[in-house]
Amino acid sequence: MSGLAIEAVGLVKRFGATTALAGLDLSARPGTTLAVLGPNGSGKTTAVRIMSTLLLPDGGTAYIHGHDVRRRAGQVREMISLTGQYASLDPRLTGFENLVLIARLRELSRRTARRRADDLVDRFGLREAAGRLVRTYSGGMRRRLDLAACMLVPPRVLFLDEPTTGLDPRGRIALWELVQELAGDGVTVLLTTQYLEEADRLADEIAILDRGRVVAVGGPDTLKAKIGGRTVRLRLADPAAREAAARIVAAVTGVTPGRDAGQAGLVVPAAAPHVAPELLRRLDEAGIVPSELTVRLPSLEEVFFTLTGDPEGRP
Amino acid sequence: MTTMTPGRAARHGVTLAARCLLHLRHSPGQLLDMVVQPMLFLVLFVFLFGGAVATDWRLYLQFVLPGVLVQAVLLATVAAGAMLNADLTTGIFDRFRSLPIARSAPLVGAVLGDSVRYVLTTGVVLAFGVLLGFRVRTSPLAVVAACALVLVAAFAVCWISTLIGVLARTPQRLQMLLALVMFPLTFGSSVYVPTGTLPGWLRVWAELNPVSALADAVRALLLGGPAAGPALRALVASGLVFAVFAPLTVAAYLRRMRH
Repeated sequence: MSGLAIEAVGLVKRFGATTALAGLDLSARPGTTLAVLGPNGSGKTTAVRIMSTLLLPDGGTAYIHGHDVRRRAGQVREMISLTGQYASLDPRLTGFENLVLIARLRELSRRTARRRADDLVDRFGLREAAGRLVRTYSGGMRRRLDLAACMLVPPRVLFLDEPTTGLDPRGRIALWELVQELAGDGVTVLLTTQYLEEADRLADEIAILDRGRVVAVGGPDTLKAKIGGRTVRLRLADPAAREAAARIVAAVTGVTPGRDAGQAGLVVPAAAPHVAPELLRRLDEAGIVPSELTVRLPSLEEVFFTLTGDPEGRP
Repeated sequence: MTTMTPGRAARHGVTLAARCLLHLRHSPGQLLDMVVQPMLFLVLFVFLFGGAVATDWRLYLQFVLPGVLVQAVLLATVAAGAMLNADLTTGIFDRFRSLPIARSAPLVGAVLGDSVRYVLTTGVVLAFGVLLGFRVRTSPLAVVAACALVLVAAFAVCWISTLIGVLARTPQRLQMLLALVMFPLTFGSSVYVPTGTLPGWLRVWAELNPVSALADAVRALLLGGPAAGPALRALVASGLVFAVFAPLTVAAYLRRMRH
């Protein structure tokens, strides 16, 4: 076998006339975090549902640690945990009862089930809420409980379908920290997201999905470097010095800079990262004082629009 | 660990059945509903219509209590469908499906967990009836037989409820469909009045309706009279309902399990 934790090969899924997946390939090495990034309707959820045995593909298949999700769903289910887009919990039970129920379904003894539930309640910051009905939980609490439920029997592969959708910024950061912690324990994580920042923050690798296909895959930095170039942005303390500064920038980078929104700024695409010190030195020699000089990679947002060419598909 | 055995499947089903009891404990409203509704029906019919129907409410209580027992327990079966529908229409079903548990477990759990309700309802109706003045005219054994007959029928009818529960896409539609099935079935029978008093078309329906046979059988078992005939008809009807609706439910359920 390939030794991959997750491997999807040519997944195809149609719903009536619409094609949700049009030959999707994905792979994740054990212990890594793979983010599947795409706008609504790009097939993220369909892909997760197939890989977690909830849905049968029309073509292709997926393997979890070498087990075919179509033929050996039982074995796959032993190894995975899933949190769907909607928290997979019983709103009419307390948080603690939810955990014990799932632990019992995983055939832990009554005592072990209660002990595990107890540990996880602490670890996921739900001590005070544990005795309350899940119906009364906030979105962030539900998500945390959902994740806790996934960890009752630590999975080898964890699927998180849009884990932070609908959370406020604080809840989102708290959840990110939890996911990072789980990934640190050696769990292979596949998460889908519409948030480029989330993928950037959590993933070792990002696969960008558009219309049921992967349009780009790579580490966050590789992906950014591959698609967009770097940009040098220069802001001047004295707008009058712009013309002189522009000449220097052109001389250093070989490109005539564009103006930045009527401000005392200059923007230029720059291939090499070492232009910044050279620029600073030459500006200094000419007696021009920059108020700001940045060399930055394009944001994932820019990457995404470059790849899908669809600014309307914005998350 | 990875092969599904009947023993494991049974454990999963029982674990999910226990969940129904937790629900009951957490929603006193539901429990109250279960207890108060049959009491309300009994009080309403006995005191409001009793005098008119049977000249004396005490006489009518004797007649109607077995019927109310049948109706209350059959109506209690809607909970199984509601439970299954709630699971299917919320995220928790995805959890069940992604766990290495028997595919049957959520269905078995809903049906099994519900049987506790039937027993509870049976007890409540009988106890309240006795409190109002109902008197059993037969033997304790006959009472046990009457309860058993009602429970068997409920176990059969709950498959109609689960089928609706699996098929209904929204809770609103579920409520409507359940009412559409349960009301003609329980009211259009000899539960409240002897079928002889009904107008032609309703009488035809009420006499065909196996719920009448069930009510007649329970009445005979509690008050005396020929019980064997109606009891047999009720049992056969229960068997038929089960034979038709259980496979239909399982088929519809498995289809939803896959998607």
